[in-house]
Amino acid sequence: MSEQNAAPAATIEQDTVISLVDMNKWYGDFHVLKNINLNVQRGERIVICGPSGSGKSTMIRCINQLEEHQTGSILVNGQELTSNTKALERVRKDVGMCFQHFNLFPHMTILENLILAPIWVRKMPRKAAIELAMNYLERVNIAEQSEKYPGQLSGGQQQRVAIARSLCMAPKVMLFDEPTSALDPEMIKEVLDVMEELANDGMTMLCVTHEMGFAKSVADRVIFMDGGEIVEENEPDAFFNNPQMDRTQLFLSQILSH
Amino acid sequence: MSKSTSARLGGLFSYRNLLSCFYQTLTAGIVIACAYYLLLATQENLEARHIESGFSFLSQEAGFPIGDSLISYSPSDTYGRALLVGIINTFFAAILCIIFATILGIVMGVAQVSGNPLIARMAEVYVEVMRNIPVLLILLFVYGVVLVGLPSVKQAIEFIPDGFLSQRGIFVPRPIAGENFIYLMIALGLGIVGTVFFLKWAKKTLDITGKSFPTIWISLALIIIPPVIIQATFSDVLTWEVPELKGFNFKGGWVFRPEFAALVFGLVLYRGAFIAENVRSGIVSVQKGQREAATALGLSPERTMRDVVLPQALRTVIPSTTNDYASLVKDSSLAIAIGFPDMVSVGGTMIGQNGQAIEVIAIWMGIYLCINLIISLLMNIANNKFQLVER
Amino acid sequence: MTMVFQPSPDMPPPASQSGLLHWVKNNLFNSVTNGLLTLIGLTILASIIPPLVNWVFLDAIFQGTAETCRQGQGACWAFVDAQIKLFLLGPYPTELAWRPILSAVLLFGLFIITARHMLKTAHLVVAWLILPLPIYWLVGGGLGLEVVDTSEWGGLMLTLVLAVVGILASLPIGVLLALGRSMNNKVIKSFCICVIELVRGVPLVTILFMATIMLPLFLPTGVDIGILYRVQFGIILFSSAYIAEVVRGGLQGVGKGQGEAAVALGLNRWQTTAFIILPQALKIVIPPLIGRCIALLKDTSLVVVVGLLDFLGIAKAASQDAEWLGFDAEAFVFCAFVYWLLCFSLSRYGRSLEKRGRVDHH
Repeated sequence: MSEQNAAPAATIEQDTVISLVDMNKWYGDFHVLKNINLNVQRGERIVICGPSGSGKSTMIRCINQLEEHQTGSILVNGQELTSNTKALERVRKDVGMCFQHFNLFPHMTILENLILAPIWVRKMPRKAAIELAMNYLERVNIAEQSEKYPGQLSGGQQQRVAIARSLCMAPKVMLFDEPTSALDPEMIKEVLDVMEELANDGMTMLCVTHEMGFAKSVADRVIFMDGGEIVEENEPDAFFNNPQMDRTQLFLSQILSH
Repeated sequence: MSKSTSARLGGLFSYRNLLSCFYQTLTAGIVIACAYYLLLATQENLEARHIESGFSFLSQEAGFPIGDSLISYSPSDTYGRALLVGIINTFFAAILCIIFATILGIVMGVAQVSGNPLIARMAEVYVEVMRNIPVLLILLFVYGVVLVGLPSVKQAIEFIPDGFLSQRGIFVPRPIAGENFIYLMIALGLGIVGTVFFLKWAKKTLDITGKSFPTIWISLALIIIPPVIIQATFSDVLTWEVPELKGFNFKGGWVFRPEFAALVFGLVLYRGAFIAENVRSGIVSVQKGQREAATALGLSPERTMRDVVLPQALRTVIPSTTNDYASLVKDSSLAIAIGFPDMVSVGGTMIGQNGQAIEVIAIWMGIYLCINLIISLLMNIANNKFQLVER
Repeated sequence: MTMVFQPSPDMPPPASQSGLLHWVKNNLFNSVTNGLLTLIGLTILASIIPPLVNWVFLDAIFQGTAETCRQGQGACWAFVDAQIKLFLLGPYPTELAWRPILSAVLLFGLFIITARHMLKTAHLVVAWLILPLPIYWLVGGGLGLEVVDTSEWGGLMLTLVLAVVGILASLPIGVLLALGRSMNNKVIKSFCICVIELVRGVPLVTILFMATIMLPLFLPTGVDIGILYRVQFGIILFSSAYIAEVVRGGLQGVGKGQGEAAVALGLNRWQTTAFIILPQALKIVIPPLIGRCIALLKDTSLVVVVGLLDFLGIAKAASQDAEWLGFDAEAFVFCAFVYWLLCFSLSRYGRSLEKRGRVDHH
C-alpha cells in the first residue's frame, strides 16, 4: 500500500502519460513501425484503427514492451523504457492490457485469475486482494461467476473478466488490443459497455479496434495507421466526416460501406 | 427407411436386441471353441514333451546362482525365491531409472526452450540422437564399450571422495548408523515438523500482510542444518563404510556391478530424451498469449514460469510421461541382454531348466500388468489435479 | 481538400541490430546466468568434439587390415569396410546378394513414390499391402529362384524385413482391433480390449519369448514353423496392439457430426465406418503411425535376445570375429549411425506431413 502512494509522487502533475518519440521497430529487415510520434495526455481516450498488418497492435505492444523497439524513445509516466527489467516491471504495473483472445489462465478460477498479480506484484494481503477482485467483478457484472473456470464462460464474459483482471492492478493506462474481434456479435456490446464505463470514469485508454461506433462516441482522438506509420490523427468528428488523406478516405469508405 | 422399419419392429418384440443377443452368443461360442482347441493342443504338446504344468515348481530348488541380489539368496533356495530376487531387482532398477530419467529429462527439456541458443542446440542434439537409436544398442554400447573402457580396479577413478569407478563396477561408501544415530533422526524429525509449521505461518502471513519469504531456502535450511550440527558435535552418529582395494577388487561399501550400472545408465540416457521431448512440447504448447498476459500484469519471469506456464505445461507432460514410465519399466526387461538378473532373465533361466514357459510367462504378465496399473493410478491422481474445466 | 498519403520509404535497421557480435552479445551473454551457461556449454563441447572428431575422422583408418588398425589411434573403419556384406545381409549367400538388393530397391522406390504422391492413394495402399510378397519371393526364393533358408537371413536385411512386414501386416489387424474395440458387441469388444491391453502391458521381450517358446505348444503336434516366422508373428502381434490404440485415437478424433450426417443420408453402420469414419481417422493418424514405424524399426533389434542375427545382432557378432577382435565400438557406432539415419529421416518425414496437415486444415 505504501508503495502505491510513493509511486505517483515521482511523477507529479505531469499531464503527458505516454509519449513516443521517433520510435522505429524492425522485424529482422522488415520495417514495421516508422517514426512513430504520439503523445497521450492523462485521461485521454484514443482509438487506433487501420487495416490489418498496419502495425497498430505492434505499436501498443511496444508501450508495455511486449515488443522491443529499436530506435527512438518511449516514455511512460516520464520513465524512459529501456531493457532495464526492474524499471520495466514498475512501468507494467501502471499499464494494463487486454488481448484479442483474452488470455485468461485456463487452469485458475476467475477469482484466482484476478488475485494472482495483486498478491505477487502489488504484494497485497490475500483478503484485500479478494475484496478488490470481487469489487471489480461486480463492476463488470460477473461477480457470481467468480468460482468458475474461464472455459466455462462465454467469450464476452471472458473478456470482461480480462478487463477486471487488468483493473485489479490499478493501472494508470489501459491498452486494448482488438478486444472485440474474437467475439460473437451479440457479445460485443457487453464488452464495449464496460469499456465505455471505464472511459467515463476518466481512465486513460489506448484502444485498437474496428468498432467505429465506439470510436465516435467515446474517443477523444482517432489515429489511423497504415504501413507502419501514423497516417492521420484527429478528433472523431473531423476524422469521420472530413478525413484529410486519400488513404484514410479509402479505408473509411471500405469499412463504413455496409 | 431401414431405421423406421427397425424402430417399428423394435416396438413389437425388440428385434434388434434379439439379433444382437444372437450375434454375441455366436461370437462368444467361437471364442470359447478356439480357446478349447488351443487348450487341447497345448495339453497334447506338453505331454509329448514331458513338461509338467502348474505352479508347484516354484517350491523346488533353483540350483542356479544370481549375481545381484538385494535379499539373501543361494542356489539351494527355491525357484520362487529366485523369481522374487528378480522381481525386486526389476523394481529397484525401474525406480532408480525413473528418478534419474525424470531429472535428466526435465533438465534437457527446459534446456531446449532456454533462451540460450547454444545450450538449446546441445540439448536438442542429445534428444534427437537418443530418440532415434534402439535402446538395446545403447545398452550394449554402454556395457560393452563404455564400461569396458573404464580403468581397471587398480587405476579406478575416484569420482567422489571414497567413491570409485572401474571396469568391475561402481563402488561408493555405505552409510552405517552409529550409536547416536537416533539423535540425528530426532533432529531431522524436528526440522521437518518445524518446516511444516513455518510454511503454515508463512502462508498465513502472506495472506494477511502480503509479505512473502524465500520459503524454499528457509525450509531447506530448517531440514538440513540440525542434522549437520548433530553429526558435527556428537561422535558415532553416522559413519561410512568405505570401499577399500584389497587384492583384485574393492571390499566393503556399496557395489553396483557393471551390468546394473550399464542398465540404469543406458535406460536413463534413452528414456531421458523422451521425457525431455515431453517437457519441451509441454512448455511450448502453452500459448504465447498466456506468457504475454502474465508479463503484462507485471509478473516476473520466474513467477510467470511457476504460476502460469508450468501448471499448464504439466497437463500435457503428465500423460505422455506416464507412458514413458511404463515403457521404462518394460525396457528394464532388456537386462537379459547384458546379464543383469531382473525377473525376465531369471524367468528365462527357469524356462531353460524346466520348460514351464506358460507359467513363467503368466507370472511376467501378471507382474507387469500390476506395475502398469500402479503407475497409471498414481498419474491419474496427479492428472486430476491439473485438469482444465471446460464449458 | 484532400491530401495524398505518401508512404515513407523503408529504412534498413540500425547497424547494431545485425551482425554476429551483436547476436552473440544479445543471445549468449545477455545476463550473468546466461553467460555462465554459455561457458559451461562451451567447456562441454570443447571436451567432447575434438577427441570425437579425431577418433571418427582424423585418426581413423579407412583401409587396411586389423594389424594396421591396432597400431592406429582412431576408429577402424577398415573393419566395417571388410565386413560390410555381413552387416547388410548376414550369412546370406554372396552370389545371390542381388536378390535382397533388388528388394531394397523395390522398397525404397515405393517409399519415394509415396512421399512424392506419384500414385493415387488407393493404388498406393494396394502396392504397400502386396509388397511383402515379391520381397519374400526374392529373398527367400522358390517359384524358379534358388531357395535360401531363413536361417541364412540376417543383418540390415533381416531388420528391414521384420520391420516392414511387421508394420504392413499389423496395420489391417490393428484397424480391426480398433474397430472391434469401438463395437457394441460386448464379446468382441472385451476380446479386443483384452488383446490390446495385455500385449501393450508387457515388454516385447516377453512377447518374443512367448512366440518362440509358447507358440509351438499351441500348434497341433507335428506342425513346426521356423523361428523367423514365429518371431515375425510376435512382432506383428505386438505392433497390432499399439497400432490399434493409435487408430482408436483417430476414430475418436473424427467429429460426431460426420457419422450423424452419414446416417442421415441413409448409410448403414458398416458403410458409415468404411466410407466416412475410417478414411478420415486414418488420415488423422498418419503422423503417429509413422512414429509407430520408427518405434518398430528400433524394437526389431530385440530379436537378438531370442537368437536371430539382425543388424544389431550381426554387429555384436562381427566384433567377436577372431580376426577383427576388439572393434566393438566401431561396429556399434556404425550400427547406431545407420539406425539413426533411417529413424531420423522417417521422423522428419512424419513431421513434414504433420505440418502439411495443419496447413490443409486452414
